[in-house]
Amino acid sequence: MSDFLWLVPLPVVMPLFAAGLTLALYRHPVAQRIISVVALTLMVCAGTALLVLADNGAVVVDIGGWAAPVGIDLVADRVSALMLTVSSTVMLCVLLYSLGQGITDGDEAAPVSIYHPTYLVLAAGVSNAFLAGDLFNLYVGFEILLAASYVLLTLGGTGERIRAGSIYVVVALLSSLIFLVAIALVYAAAGTVNLAQLALRLPELDPGVQLVLQLLLLLAFGIKAAIFPLSAWLPDSYPTAPAPVTAVFAGLLTKVGVYAIIRTQTLLFTDGRLDTLLMWLALATMVIGILGAVAQNDIKRLLSFTLVSHIGYMLFGIALADRAGLGASIFYVTHHITVQTTLFLVVGLVERRGGSTSLERLGGLAKIAPGLAVLFFIPAMSLAGIPPLSGFLGKIGLLQAGVQAGTPLAYTLVVGSVVTSVLTLYAIVKAWNKAFWQTPPEPIPETRLPFSLVGPTTALVGLGLLITVVAGPLYSYTDRAARTLLDTDAYVDAVLRPDGRGSGESADEPSETDGVTESAPGAGETSGGGS
Amino acid sequence: MIDMSPSLVLVVAIGALFISGVYLLLERSLTRVLVGFILIGNGVNLLFLVAGGAAGGPPIVGTTASEDMSDPLPQAMVLTAIVITLALTAFVLAMAYRSWQLHGHDEVQDDLEDRRIVRLAAKNAPSFNDLDAQEDTESIDEQAAEARDETGRDDA
Repeated sequence: MSDFLWLVPLPVVMPLFAAGLTLALYRHPVAQRIISVVALTLMVCAGTALLVLADNGAVVVDIGGWAAPVGIDLVADRVSALMLTVSSTVMLCVLLYSLGQGITDGDEAAPVSIYHPTYLVLAAGVSNAFLAGDLFNLYVGFEILLAASYVLLTLGGTGERIRAGSIYVVVALLSSLIFLVAIALVYAAAGTVNLAQLALRLPELDPGVQLVLQLLLLLAFGIKAAIFPLSAWLPDSYPTAPAPVTAVFAGLLTKVGVYAIIRTQTLLFTDGRLDTLLMWLALATMVIGILGAVAQNDIKRLLSFTLVSHIGYMLFGIALADRAGLGASIFYVTHHITVQTTLFLVVGLVERRGGSTSLERLGGLAKIAPGLAVLFFIPAMSLAGIPPLSGFLGKIGLLQAGVQAGTPLAYTLVVGSVVTSVLTLYAIVKAWNKAFWQTPPEPIPETRLPFSLVGPTTALVGLGLLITVVAGPLYSYTDRAARTLLDTDAYVDAVLRPDGRGSGESADEPSETDGVTESAPGAGETSGGGS
Repeated sequence: MIDMSPSLVLVVAIGALFISGVYLLLERSLTRVLVGFILIGNGVNLLFLVAGGAAGGPPIVGTTASEDMSDPLPQAMVLTAIVITLALTAFVLAMAYRSWQLHGHDEVQDDLEDRRIVRLAAKNAPSFNDLDAQEDTESIDEQAAEARDETGRDDA
């Protein structure tokens, strides 16, 4: 197994390296495109390989040859490997789509030469957040992806994007500050930021201190994941970006927040004191989010609100905190990354074909572009949870887990999720009727959709269908992933037991919480951490 | 075991930086928000130093006895945080400048939902007696709806 350790840092290091290359080659757009596609394809390969490797236990790499408590390490267990694979696949499809858009539009006024480096840095940040083995590395991953997202969101610097961007940037900066404060307090309280060591040390702390730390971390991740009271920034900032950028944001950025919540809730705060609160938040996120979607007249904003709403489902699974709930939650994240990205790409096509995203101005698309109608219909029905698509399977899993939990609140949430599901269907059908069926209020311009855009979108729709087809094996994988999450001892063992992984053990261990550590560089180092 | 109690001066400084930072973050102008962000950022950096315990000698083996060393880890983290804050400061400055170029101000605008609500309020404003409206013939709500209406879209 140690032969494959170099795979773990690959998804972080390679896009960063490729970003540097593309930045250097800014005068050669063709070379930029080739490099980005190759880098992301390799990421997908590395993710898939890790998916198989991690099924036999977490793969841990010590960066720089210092073992766990002292050094920085990257951990790929089942959950992070699955996230990594899905996210890099989606990013590859979106990249192909944006290439198609760039080619057909000709290189416009927008500074396209920085698009590829920024996109690759975003990919690196997302991977780093998924693989991070300590809180500070998680913070760095978040900052990398956020900094890239600021640039992508304000690309071109038009008035509307600057307006939306400034809201987004201020909110994101605030959440990062809260996260940083949380890290400082965690370090002050426990003397470490390594997740595995925190899993051992946090339970020994005063319950009040634990609660403060848990709330601060939840607050920071909740803003990033757009959980209800903290979600107001999202529907306003996402729709202004270019279609591929919105798609990748909608698919990935909030899910990184959800992943961070899953990781910290299951590993660090196992006593489940906030589970009731999380349940209420999940209910509010679902219902209020979808009510916002129902009220919208712009299809992009409508989708942004459904994005907020469906974060509630994932939170529901996390709040249940048992194997069934977590498994269903991870499955739902996988499904939702694919479907939400697809829908935003399809809406990009709708905008191109129909000339607008306002439901007042669109119409009759089913007749003039039947292929587009099919491309919209499949992921939309999956989002609404119509059987037999993947959204239905994810929701059924969550409902089963909720019924299994059997508390009154869990039953309320089950009812809430069914209602949300129906309302999602209503919002989607409304959009469908107006955009595809009503007679167009103004004549639709004659344009053809280039294959370079339709191709990647079709591929993503196919990926969504594939998730439905392989739902059985995938569900058993997410179920095993949930078991890994609940088995914190295994995680701690994998990270902290240095059987031949180097010996960065601190000399004055573990009773002292002052964090002063003396250590020797890894003697029996086998991992060769870097690229 | 070294003395872990933090310096009072640092704690007070952190409090002052956070208070003034939060106050500035609540402003509408992006430049002031940025200054607030920088202040809180520095407050967090000091918080990390406090988290590392009391000051000590340089943490180099052979220079200082191990019990007198200060904790190097928070300093490394502060260094990373400073770099990130610097980069983001540069970005936000550029964005504020761009906003000033385009709009003549660098306000962080209300979002669309807020503006819709303001417009609804403006429609309802004649139904109650508004003191400001008597002086100015226009109510505050109406002014607000006009001043910030740049959506270019009619939501009626």
